[in-house]
Amino acid sequence: MIDEIRTLTQRLADEPSSLAFLELGESLRRRGQVEAAYKVARGGLNRYPGLADAHDLMARILSDQGDFAGAFDAWADALRFDPMRTGALKGIAFLYFRAGDVDAALEHLQRAAEADPDDPAVSQAIARVKQDSREAGREAFTAAEPEPNAGPKPEPARATGVPPLPPLPPPPPPADSPFAGIDAGDNGLLLVDANGMCLAGRLTMPDGADAAERVAAQLAGVTREAARATRLLGLGSWHSIAVESPDAHLFLVAPTAETLLLAVRGPELPMARVGLLAERATRAARGWLGRVQ
Amino acid sequence: MNAAEAALDRVTRVPGVRGALLASSADGLVIAEQLMNGVDGRAAAALTGSLVARLARTTAGAGLGAPVFLHLRGEEGSILAVPGGDGLVLVAVAGPEANVGLARLEMLDAAGRLG
Repeated sequence: MIDEIRTLTQRLADEPSSLAFLELGESLRRRGQVEAAYKVARGGLNRYPGLADAHDLMARILSDQGDFAGAFDAWADALRFDPMRTGALKGIAFLYFRAGDVDAALEHLQRAAEADPDDPAVSQAIARVKQDSREAGREAFTAAEPEPNAGPKPEPARATGVPPLPPLPPPPPPADSPFAGIDAGDNGLLLVDANGMCLAGRLTMPDGADAAERVAAQLAGVTREAARATRLLGLGSWHSIAVESPDAHLFLVAPTAETLLLAVRGPELPMARVGLLAERATRAARGWLGRVQ
Repeated sequence: MNAAEAALDRVTRVPGVRGALLASSADGLVIAEQLMNGVDGRAAAALTGSLVARLARTTAGAGLGAPVFLHLRGEEGSILAVPGGDGLVLVAVAGPEANVGLARLEMLDAAGRLG
């Protein structure tokens, strides 16, 4: 392994524009030299920002470093350039499972199975994750890790240190809610239209009063302002807005051009997990909008 | 180097950050800035100030405290903002490769020193 790393390092030094950084970064990661692997991957990404393999490599490294939000973003970037990339689909599935979102994990594993029907590890992972057991899921993902475009290999200590999703109180959402079955149901999830009108979901104030309409009205112009800001500053189209308040974490995404989704959770839930929740709610909202429109 | 310049210096040292500025949140006027070529500081200040104000009204409407950190993620990078209690907002423009977590910590610390 050391000889291999030496050879790859030399090859990259001789030809900095080569793709040897992919092998070198992976070799370093597997040796546990994640800092060195990160530098190699970062250099490669700077040179090849549109290369899915580079984002996939970066995601695995970030996951090894415990930066799961960063890993999620990197795998999402990999999928942007290669939507059927099984390693990225498995990686995101793992992160969803880790966050307690079994349904979203299964959805991504199903996509991985469609992308690579001959990968027996994926079907094994699906079967085992369906047991809806954190322990079983961790083993399943370990079994599912392919070479080299795999999802992360979770370490037991890290995985067992994951706090469970917070206890969720509220009454079940209406049967026609797009958010039925998601996390706490529809409280703290709000879907609004471009005119600031509520389409679905609920939002209550800390004292229990309904805040949905008041908040929806304020959100009416957010999409336009966010789009304008990122466009004028050369940052492309906008993806999301994360807002930290002392009392809550808020995450905004646009399921469609005409709608905005707000996810609100307490500050004890890491922002990255609120983002995962918002993404799941976004998919549900898109499906719901397709049915009701 | 005054306090504002020192704050901006810390933020712009974070890899991937293309620039930072301190602006008045009420009118979007730039008070101090450290920006790479091509980053429009006046636009960043005005647009971010407006967005921060709107999101502050949103959190108030939900009975929540005012935002302390904001991350607008775009396809090619991010805008980060830390509103201060004194009518100022610290803004950073970062590329897609930036370490947003580190930038956030530096911005919160820098804003704390300014406040």
